[in-house]
Amino acid sequence: MSSPDRSVPVRPVLHLRSVRAAYGRIEVLHGIDLVVRPCEVVALLGPNGAGKSTVLKVASGQLVPTAGCFHILGRHANGIRPDVLARSGLCTIPEGRGIFFNLTVTENLTMMTYGGSSRREVQERAFARFPRLAERRRQVAGTMSGGEQQMLAMARALSVQPAALLLDEISMGLAPLVVDELYELVAQIAADRVAVLLTEQFARAALGVASRVAVMAQGRIVAEGRPDDLPADLADAYLGGSGTAGRREAGGSADTRAGDTSAGDTNTSNGRAA
Amino acid sequence: MHELIAFTIVGVVTGAAYAVAASGLVVTYSTSGIFNIAHGAVGMFMAFVFWQFEMAWHWPPLAALFVTVCVVAPLSGAAVERFLIRRVSDASVATTLVVTIGLMVGLIGLVDTIWPPQARVLLPFFGHSGFQLVGVFVTWEDVITVGAALGIAAGLRLFLYRTRTGVTMRAVVDNRGLAGLNGARPARIGTLSWALGAMLASIAGILIAPELQLSVLPLTLLVVDAYAAAMIGRLRNLPLTFAGALLIGLLQSYAVGYMPSTGIWDSVPLQGMRLAIPSILLFVTLLILPQDKIRGAVIQVRRAVRPTAGLARSLQGAVFLVLAVVVATSFLGAGDTVDLGTGLALGLIMLSLVPLSGWGGQVSLCQMTFAGLGAFAMARAGGGGSPLGLLAAAGLAGAVGALVALPALRLKGLYLALATMAFAAAMDDMFFPTSTAFTFNGSVAIPRPSIFGLHFTGQRSFVIFLAVVFAVVSVALLALRRGPFGRVLSAMKDSEAACATLGLNLTLTKLVVFSISAAIAGFAGALYGGMESVAGATQFEMLQSLPILLLCVVGGVATCSGALFGGIVLGLGPVFQSALPQVGSVTLLGTGLAGATLGANPDGVMPALYERTASWCSGVSARLTGPLARKLAGSAAGSATGPGTAPA
Ligand SMILES: Nc1ncnc2c1ncn2[C@@H]1O[C@H](COP(=O)(O)OP(=O)(O)O)[C@@H](O)[C@H]1O
Ligand SMILES: [Mg+2]
Repeated sequence: MSSPDRSVPVRPVLHLRSVRAAYGRIEVLHGIDLVVRPCEVVALLGPNGAGKSTVLKVASGQLVPTAGCFHILGRHANGIRPDVLARSGLCTIPEGRGIFFNLTVTENLTMMTYGGSSRREVQERAFARFPRLAERRRQVAGTMSGGEQQMLAMARALSVQPAALLLDEISMGLAPLVVDELYELVAQIAADRVAVLLTEQFARAALGVASRVAVMAQGRIVAEGRPDDLPADLADAYLGGSGTAGRREAGGSADTRAGDTSAGDTNTSNGRAA
Repeated sequence: MHELIAFTIVGVVTGAAYAVAASGLVVTYSTSGIFNIAHGAVGMFMAFVFWQFEMAWHWPPLAALFVTVCVVAPLSGAAVERFLIRRVSDASVATTLVVTIGLMVGLIGLVDTIWPPQARVLLPFFGHSGFQLVGVFVTWEDVITVGAALGIAAGLRLFLYRTRTGVTMRAVVDNRGLAGLNGARPARIGTLSWALGAMLASIAGILIAPELQLSVLPLTLLVVDAYAAAMIGRLRNLPLTFAGALLIGLLQSYAVGYMPSTGIWDSVPLQGMRLAIPSILLFVTLLILPQDKIRGAVIQVRRAVRPTAGLARSLQGAVFLVLAVVVATSFLGAGDTVDLGTGLALGLIMLSLVPLSGWGGQVSLCQMTFAGLGAFAMARAGGGGSPLGLLAAAGLAGAVGALVALPALRLKGLYLALATMAFAAAMDDMFFPTSTAFTFNGSVAIPRPSIFGLHFTGQRSFVIFLAVVFAVVSVALLALRRGPFGRVLSAMKDSEAACATLGLNLTLTKLVVFSISAAIAGFAGALYGGMESVAGATQFEMLQSLPILLLCVVGGVATCSGALFGGIVLGLGPVFQSALPQVGSVTLLGTGLAGATLGANPDGVMPALYERTASWCSGVSARLTGPLARKLAGSAAGSATGPGTAPA
């Protein structure tokens, strides 16, 4: 049933239709429509409190929509528990490191086998991509640097080979060089026919890999399009300056801070480009 | 030399039994995040189940063992998790503690009901046969105990660190939501960890039971001794837990062997110290071990804070209570009057928990111990009804309360509760049975105070006096709650971390509220003793503090009326018991059930009732208008909730 529609495959992996969601009685999403297809990286941008994380919570099954519905691979998925979704090919890395701080690196990798791969496969893939983790396999995860922790979290995306990957602010508190490395990985994963939905408060780092951007404010999507098609005022407000490939510049200026993965991970890349 | 070997072997065997018991505690705590105070009671229950299979139904020992440990225990553990624990998994430490205490008390009541007290024999495995080891007779049961401890140690280590299920159990405690996002089933893992905990408890219970003649309380409490071992392992570290268990076993054995028993050593406190070694060790361990960091990120889900009753409102309630008691005692029979008085006195003891637990969020498991100190002081200093006795009661209990609180101040939540429990258990062994206090198995007369020339020798007058005291203390407490000290208290309950960042001095606050609470309990204990006229050591045992806490929380620990409710219900125990004689212990069973099911209504009965009445009243007064209607509605609300209507 393929259509002649250029590069974009037809069937969406994630599909939110007029989704509303609330914490208790307070509604924080007022009708979200969003489609993510394989090979696509959709970046949800917007200020703090806009509802980005909440969208990911709905899409990962942690929060049940109060109205509207969300579909995964064409199937209605309202009310399906997060662990069921996870086992059926949805990989979610929540805000703040998505790892178990009190377990060792190896044990954290063991927890990734619920996706269906064996322990050996998980370890091989993770250690091949992040040799640092192999060096630290017996270390308790909470004692590693922020960059190493986020690598460990991303190892799950590698090992489970998901249909969809949800990432919540993976750049938070990391040095620019690490962020670049992580987003390079995101691009590779997406190229492997994975649908990626990610959020960033400060978008510069994500723009290099995003194929589409949705800007959120106060529980609504206020603009959506290719990164360079965004209206200039929105770009100014949320993307920290004019337009597009800020990633390269950010990478350049980060050279001086190349102690990247050590404990001194600095803040995200906003407001640094000329 | 031979003697030393003998005592060492005995110590190792005892230590092995403790190790088995403690390992279960550590496993449940480190895989579900909840400290199961009922662990010993579960083991005790399973020992009875085993007895039923093996001795009453004459099953072969191995079959009985297998069915108990591998079928009944895990199923019961899973059921407990599924129906009680799961509801409170996000609740505060205090709530989870109360639920497991409820489980413990309920299990004791249940066993009393299913297996009415009588002598039962549970033979050790292979009877009393054994062999000589370097001149010491060792039974096969001893060998099995040590073997079980070693096997469990190795098995648990492998299971928790090498298998995916074991790793997941630890992961779920670390971050439950993330475990789900990884694809693990957190709910199933929780059930599994309680099933495993119950299995370990059953092994401990079955191994220890023969030595204790299968009696309920010693079995329950012996496993309490294992708390000290678990605490040495910081509730997480299994190897340290095993080392701790060994240490306790050896210390106890050497104490029996080498502590002199002549001269000054032949006194009850020093003899009691042998028994109290685990409690003392628990207390010391709690004090010297590094504490968990303040968890500032944890947000306690709290209901909306209701306003405290104003002065007018609390006076209304106070007057109402006294009038109600005056009217009730005018037609109640003698027996019922005594029950009402006992209820009021117990309510007064529970009232001591209101500022400490209800407003300050600290859990104490030794209020009855303070009450006992109060009764002791009254017996000593209150001769001829001198009101000095009451002052001495409050003063002694308050001072001891401060002494206990002083080292325990840095402890939080669970640790503080266990420290108070250890203190209570040590007092049970070392102070209350002495000839200075209540004498072993005996009782002493407690005089009733006479104040302003009034003597309360008649039952009715003393009961009315108790009501007046309850009313006055409630009004005073509520005034305290409305003041600055009360605000600091409730800030402390909300978040100790936030208070620390605001620069509030919580150490002093805790010390003061702990002493106030202990003083009230001591004062109340003196009157409780006076109500009964005599008092014995068993009335003030640690175990008696548990129903006090449970029923107060069930009534509503943040309200004075909740304490009243709890006291009256506990005082009416004999009435319920005569209505349901076929149930072994209605009070224990009912109290346990009420506490264990607390998850459904964490604020307690009285606040819920208050809310209903309030909404009903506002409905009525909306229809009627004018000051008269408002007055009516006001007094109706006041009447329904007794003194100190509103919670904090
Ligand atoms: N657990 C929660 N309970 C109540 N409100 C919440 C909770 N989490 C987020 N919110 C509210 O929902 C809104 C959206 O939050 P969120 O999705 O986290 O925003 P973002 O990720 O864009 O910063 C905010 O107003 C926030 O205060
Ligand atoms: Mg967010």
